[in-house]
Amino acid sequence: MLDLYVSGQSFLHRCPAGVKLLVLIAVGTVLFLFNSITPIAVATIFAITLYPMATLSLARAWAQVRPAIWILAILFLVQGLLVSWHIAVFIVLRFAALLLLAGLVTLTTRSSDMIDAITRGLHWLRPIGVNPGKVGLAISLALRFIPVLASVTRDVREAQQARGLERSLVATVIPVAVRMLKMADDISDAIDARGYRP
Amino acid sequence: MDTKSIVYIALFAALTAALALFPPITLPGGVPITAQSLGVMLAGSLAGARRGGLAMALFLLLVAVGLPLLAGGRGGFGIFLGPSGGFLIAWPISAFFIGYTLAKTGTNNLLAMFAIIAFGGIVVMYSFGIPWMIFAAEMTFLKGLTVMMAYVPGDLIKAFIAAFVTQQVRKAYPSL
Amino acid sequence: MISIQNVSLTFGETNVLRSISLELSERRIAIIGANGSGKSSFARLLNGLVLPTEGDVQVDGLNTRDKGKDVRRKVGFVFQNPDNQIVFPIVEEDLAFGMKNLGFSKAEITRKTEETLRRYDMLELREHPAHLLSGGQKQLLAISGVLVMEPDYIVMDEPTTLLDLRNKRRIARAISALDQTVILATHDLDLIDGFDRVIGFEGGQICLDGTPADVIPKYKEMMA
Repeated sequence: MLDLYVSGQSFLHRCPAGVKLLVLIAVGTVLFLFNSITPIAVATIFAITLYPMATLSLARAWAQVRPAIWILAILFLVQGLLVSWHIAVFIVLRFAALLLLAGLVTLTTRSSDMIDAITRGLHWLRPIGVNPGKVGLAISLALRFIPVLASVTRDVREAQQARGLERSLVATVIPVAVRMLKMADDISDAIDARGYRP
Repeated sequence: MDTKSIVYIALFAALTAALALFPPITLPGGVPITAQSLGVMLAGSLAGARRGGLAMALFLLLVAVGLPLLAGGRGGFGIFLGPSGGFLIAWPISAFFIGYTLAKTGTNNLLAMFAIIAFGGIVVMYSFGIPWMIFAAEMTFLKGLTVMMAYVPGDLIKAFIAAFVTQQVRKAYPSL
Repeated sequence: MISIQNVSLTFGETNVLRSISLELSERRIAIIGANGSGKSSFARLLNGLVLPTEGDVQVDGLNTRDKGKDVRRKVGFVFQNPDNQIVFPIVEEDLAFGMKNLGFSKAEITRKTEETLRRYDMLELREHPAHLLSGGQKQLLAISGVLVMEPDYIVMDEPTTLLDLRNKRRIARAISALDQTVILATHDLDLIDGFDRVIGFEGGQICLDGTPADVIPKYKEMMA
């Protein structure tokens, strides 16, 4: 599948997805209650040590922070130059801890398990009109169509490249959108034809 | 909700994911602009308020469970806790706003559509994104605003593209 | 038997089909006609995906107007583009979708999944992502998704148009091996050689009706 899961047998891998999510939300909230650097630094170090414990390499830990590095650098400079370097370190460490912990959940949980956990969680929202079955269908459909649309996008980009328009978003998006809307009609017919009752 | 709405929701979520494949355009000053927020605008302008908003909520759900669907192959719950988390949370709201306002005014004028999409894609989006950023990064409002100014030109271009695409696609699909 | 009584179909201003009456009782029926002749819309009428503007369509006495659900159980539908028909990301999940909608038990779903995939030599692809299948395999999966629902009739709308020659032949073999009544809308005249009846559409009306030996030469003349 196209998820970020790394297989393994550690306690984090075996822990149920729902529990991991709830703990992550709780810890994420708690991190914002501290105003001094020490507990945040401890949390960051703790998050890093959890990686080897979950049989994940430190390179994986770094990969969680890397995508945010530019915006973190900008924040660090803005805060450091205009407020204080102490605050700048504090902010960047807090983001690092959050990214590392969330990364742990992502890397140790299959997306199918996560989707199951969330669909089960959605039962609580039934009274306000959320139908978990329909959410489940929408999730499956989206996972089915991401590769289809990705290949349609690639086809169209190639066709435009042949005409020298490969950098043009407009020349790509219009045909993709038109093909997509045609698809939508057929697909909903196909779903109805296979006995689905909304 | 009927089958067709479920399909539209899934397809616009998938379209937003597919747009991540488009290489980022780097504006003068080095700010990378990804095509992905075009997906937010199009979800609102083509799929409508309810379907578009739910499509973006579905997309975020898939990102949250760890699918690498954001530009650059990013994904996972951490994205929401990072500095740009507030902007992501605003995606469904922004798409809903665009769909709702376009339907309410019923306009097919390119400039009017551009104005609505730009308002939804920039003002609505930033009014969620910047507060989260200044809260999580302990900035002042003014500084947060300054940091974000670099993204405005790119977002304006995307809003114009979205308005143009919407107008063209509506011609091909008068039933939309 | 499917009976079509005085059916007309209009989309907006356009008359897609004009007062058609037919009784379909043969085992292999082909619908041929140029693009826009109305054959696709006709195919969609047969399982209630489209309801007639005037007249009635009845499948074994069930009217598509008020017995839509029962009709869809009896009449399976295979679309031109399998990408638009495969609903779930994994092969076996997709096969299970239709059966779940019909309330099959888990054991039954597993049994029928294996039986159908084995029939098309695709058993090892059970846990395979659907988007990585070849064009022919995708169409076979789409047909399988219909077969597991045990319909009495299978309507196909140009199932081979997007396929290469080898996969066309594979689908042709699959079609001729079906036990069900097949109603096939197609451009591909090779596909319908052994059929019992061929109906030609033009401008929303029936212009030809008879055996392949009778109809195909006349049709070729018309198209020339």
